[in-house]
Amino acid sequence: MPPDLVRAALLIARKDLAIEFRTRSAFFSAVVFSLLSVAIFYFTWDPTAIASIDLAPGVLWVTFTFSGLLGLHRSFAVEAAERAFDGLLGSPVQREAIFLGKALANLVFVLAVQAVSIPAVALLYNVGGGTAWVAVAAIACLAAVGLVAVGTLFSGMAANTRLAELLLPLLALPFFVPVVIPAAQATAALLAGRPLADAIGWMKLLAAFDLVFLVACTWIFPYTLEE
Amino acid sequence: MGDSTPDPAAPLVEAVGLRRSFGHRVALAGVDVSLRGGECLALFGPNGAGKTTLLRVLAGLLTPTAGMARVAGTALPGGPAVRALTGLISHQSMLYPALTALENVEFAARLFGVDRARDAARAALDRLGVGDRADAPVRALSRGLAQRVAIARAVVHGPRVLLADEPFTGLDAAGATALTRTLEGLVRQGAALVVVTHNIGEGLALATHAAVMQGGRFTRMEAAAGLEPVTYAERYRELVGAA
Repeated sequence: MPPDLVRAALLIARKDLAIEFRTRSAFFSAVVFSLLSVAIFYFTWDPTAIASIDLAPGVLWVTFTFSGLLGLHRSFAVEAAERAFDGLLGSPVQREAIFLGKALANLVFVLAVQAVSIPAVALLYNVGGGTAWVAVAAIACLAAVGLVAVGTLFSGMAANTRLAELLLPLLALPFFVPVVIPAAQATAALLAGRPLADAIGWMKLLAAFDLVFLVACTWIFPYTLEE
Repeated sequence: MGDSTPDPAAPLVEAVGLRRSFGHRVALAGVDVSLRGGECLALFGPNGAGKTTLLRVLAGLLTPTAGMARVAGTALPGGPAVRALTGLISHQSMLYPALTALENVEFAARLFGVDRARDAARAALDRLGVGDRADAPVRALSRGLAQRVAIARAVVHGPRVLLADEPFTGLDAAGATALTRTLEGLVRQGAALVVVTHNIGEGLALATHAAVMQGGRFTRMEAAAGLEPVTYAERYRELVGAA
């Protein structure tokens, strides 16, 4: 009996993570990219012109967005080399399971990169207290779901094109905007020391976008596979 | 994305007027074929004849533009139930180079819901004579050994329909013997095989039917019994050369 949706998705996610764990190429690229981005923003920052509290949320979300793209591109690139994706499509698992498995592996990837870059921003910009950063980590988790859902869909669509690395950001970035805006606004409110209630509205909006993107992308994905 | 229960009495592979185009380019221009369990079609033809496209349609990877294709009575592209019956050996290995041979075959076995997937994967690798390299990453294997792993991957679930695109490519004599034995075993168990090959001798040795494909359609199809490879090769060259 072929695996059901959840078990198939977990199988595919585990396979993707095993490949990334063996090669570590995309993870190290994304971590180095995010640390370099944070450092470049830091060294080009004039503290007398812009307060760190105004800059830190932007740095954080620019870094998340672009470093996440590195991992999202890798997601389907590993399937392209030997047309392994045909093996997935020819197996008796639902197309939706392939999407959810890929998205789950990408979520772990993005969260791992965030686990490195959040402390880097906290350290360099010295804003917010410990509690605020815990809340920011929760916002980052919420935002990661939306970014990964959209990014996984477009990564799959771009994978079979000759300009996949260029096409993925062009397709995905406009759809990242509805996720990044509430995430950055909630982050700014929390790092400024405002109460959680001031960020809750943005977080609800973020959760709503997550739900919409996750459902819509899972539904659309099978229709993007036909050659 | 629909699905239905495969019909056990139907031909395992069936196509009527099957057509497939990519934009203005016609890859399949009306293919008719019917194979029952225990039958093997050896498919010959020049490059670009549409052989690979035919296999990809029969594997459920491409949707027909027109006409009908069925596997076990289910119209293609079908769904999970019909894909569970099919195995595909492709030009590319469809393997993950970073994973070991065993992990690749076990992953396929789990996707197909094979019981005791690891044991089944080991047994498939042993049958193909590559069991001693089970724990080696695929990227460390030679082309021939990787091809054996790819074949193990395609047959680990005991498919009722095996679609093989030049499966002998890269195999040494021992690998070719192991593959022939595996394919013969599947035919004995009642599977239907479509084997695309440029090697007429190897193709006819396995086949119950032989066909030549040109310009997206079968230009010759006959029973393979009694066909002599040298004579058939001459006829094939005349046919293809005249096209």
